[in-house]
Amino acid sequence: MKNNSVIGWLLAAPLTLVLSIFLVAPIIMIAVVSFWGATEWSIYPAFLFDNYEFLLTSDVTYRVFFNTFKYALITWGFTLLIGFTVAYYLAFHIRSLTWQIALFLLCTIPFLTSNIIRMISWIPCLGRNGIANSTLISMGVIDEPLEWLLFSDFSVILAFVHLYTLFMVVPIFNTMMRIDKSLIEAATDAGATGWQTLWHVIVPLTKPGIMIGTIFVVALVMGDFITVRFMSGSQSANMGRLIQNDIALLQYPSASATAVILLVTVLLLIGTLLRFVDIRKEL
Amino acid sequence: MTTISKVRYSRRSILKTGGAAVAAAALPAPMVWGQETKNITLRQFGTGVSNLNDVAMKVKEDLGFTLEMTALDSDSVTQRAATQPDSFDIADIEYWICKKVWPTGNLQAMDTSKIANYDKIVGIFRNGKLTPESTIAQGTAPHTVGFVEGPGGRDFVDNESGWMTLIPTIYNADTLGIRPDLIGRPIKNWHELLNPEFKGKASILDISSIGIMDMAMVVESMGEYTYPDKGNMTREEIDLTIGIFTEAKKNGQFRAFWKSFDESVNLMASGEVVIQSMWSPAITAVKSQGIPCVYQPLEEGYRSWGGGIGLSSSLSGMELDAAYEYINWYLSGWVGGYLMRQGYYSAVPETSKNFMSENEWGYWFEGKEATDIITSPTGDTLAQAGEVRDGGSFEERMGAVACWNAVMDENQYMVRKWNEFIAA
Repeated sequence: MKNNSVIGWLLAAPLTLVLSIFLVAPIIMIAVVSFWGATEWSIYPAFLFDNYEFLLTSDVTYRVFFNTFKYALITWGFTLLIGFTVAYYLAFHIRSLTWQIALFLLCTIPFLTSNIIRMISWIPCLGRNGIANSTLISMGVIDEPLEWLLFSDFSVILAFVHLYTLFMVVPIFNTMMRIDKSLIEAATDAGATGWQTLWHVIVPLTKPGIMIGTIFVVALVMGDFITVRFMSGSQSANMGRLIQNDIALLQYPSASATAVILLVTVLLLIGTLLRFVDIRKEL
Repeated sequence: MTTISKVRYSRRSILKTGGAAVAAAALPAPMVWGQETKNITLRQFGTGVSNLNDVAMKVKEDLGFTLEMTALDSDSVTQRAATQPDSFDIADIEYWICKKVWPTGNLQAMDTSKIANYDKIVGIFRNGKLTPESTIAQGTAPHTVGFVEGPGGRDFVDNESGWMTLIPTIYNADTLGIRPDLIGRPIKNWHELLNPEFKGKASILDISSIGIMDMAMVVESMGEYTYPDKGNMTREEIDLTIGIFTEAKKNGQFRAFWKSFDESVNLMASGEVVIQSMWSPAITAVKSQGIPCVYQPLEEGYRSWGGGIGLSSSLSGMELDAAYEYINWYLSGWVGGYLMRQGYYSAVPETSKNFMSENEWGYWFEGKEATDIITSPTGDTLAQAGEVRDGGSFEERMGAVACWNAVMDENQYMVRKWNEFIAA
């Protein structure tokens, strides 16, 4: 018994070591630096609340925070809707396993190119004289090009949904495949309609998958900066953009403070989400 | 185990260097030099404007050593010069960046007596004056951060001390770029950038030290405020300036902000933006796609900038000699001609003249009508015979500089406010 626990510790040691060096230590470093002071070209150790004070007393911060949540929430809504539908179709409407796998792989094809390229390819499409506008004009739907298609919240969210829907499809599909088909037959035999089966049988059983997908999407959207920068033409901002700007201007302590606040927020959010579902059961 | 091999290695390397020193003393120097230069690699980084592969290729051809180029945006350049001194040998930076990073001690002062063409460098970089009569514009004028007292000097001095922080290589007078075909009327003042007529079709660059100066030009042109010194604003002046632009941003004046050169080209070429802050070669790039684009001279004058080459403080010995050789080569004309044919100015115009045709020199430098087609160094047609450069001659353009890109005393405050403006 005692021997076993020693082996257990030893087995856990490499991962603990790797995580503490590459994950825990840098986070502690960021937290420490967030109290430091900065000159234009250097940072110096100190214990100052300046960075937090500037951050928490500026109404811009709160607006940016709100924006970050707004992007996360709307993107979550769309990716969930699309992701659930796609997964449902793959899991329950496609009968043969071969086709399921084939279609699933088809979903992943866009991921063979880089994130940035998939995102930037929207720009010529949505521009003032882009494909979308010229098509709509030639069809006679609109007379003037739509300005809000590009460099707006619309284009940011569109890009997010495009980039991250797969992160919703995969975990939901995975959970759905594990649902015992006889449960659905039982529901039908008991006289449930299609909607009732969906709502009272499939959705509750898919919850862990939805939750994992939610964590992926929310964490990705809240930590993103490059999509917001390119798709809004630097006109909108989220927390990631604040951090990026600070780093570009060599204000590392201020960037660290923002990072700490973002980290705490995301952790709280995920902590809350995890209360709704036992994620270990899924893994 | 490790210790032993370490000792052995260092002993061996001592023997090696010792041997080389003996050889160097005994043999005629040029021979050793000639063989060794081929192995020298100098790592240069800077903004996209002058980090050109053609230059690296020509260096290999003329001087024999390898020049590795990395192009970054201005903020990344500043960041790298300030935080990663060992990652470069040559920093190709702007004078305002120099003001920011010089105090870190990552760059070393250069001995002007080793610069062959030093006396021919234009006055702007030496005493600040283009001609003896000209007044010095506001902002971080290059000569104010161009010299230090001696090799280890940390503070800038206001005379030609013989120790330069940067060897000037390239500069220009910037203004607004416009799409004349989409605007359809003459543009004469900076305040047109915030004219509601161009709502949703304007852009400004998102590089604080440059953008704030463009903003100041606009605010003065609007008649909102006249700065005692645009290049060194007080907190109230910063609030006022950025406040005006934040309001314009909220009203949807701007289509997008740009940070890198190619973004500004795409915004203009696609017609997303019709008036914006722009750099000269970006205009060239738009024009070479066959799209009309004008670098509009404005009544209030230009916002100017200058760049130069700085040497990493860790550079020494043979590499340092090679770097000086590179600088002398840089000022000897070929690069100058190359840059001038893109619309920039060379620090030593007279040497560049030898590498330009009479027509090119007349068009780019003297503001004369082109007598034949003007092409860029890469062969794209930029102007037809009979056309004149926007803004005219060198003296007309550089003589009408109203301010230089600047780093202010209140820079940190400005940076935070700028961040808020971008996030607003």
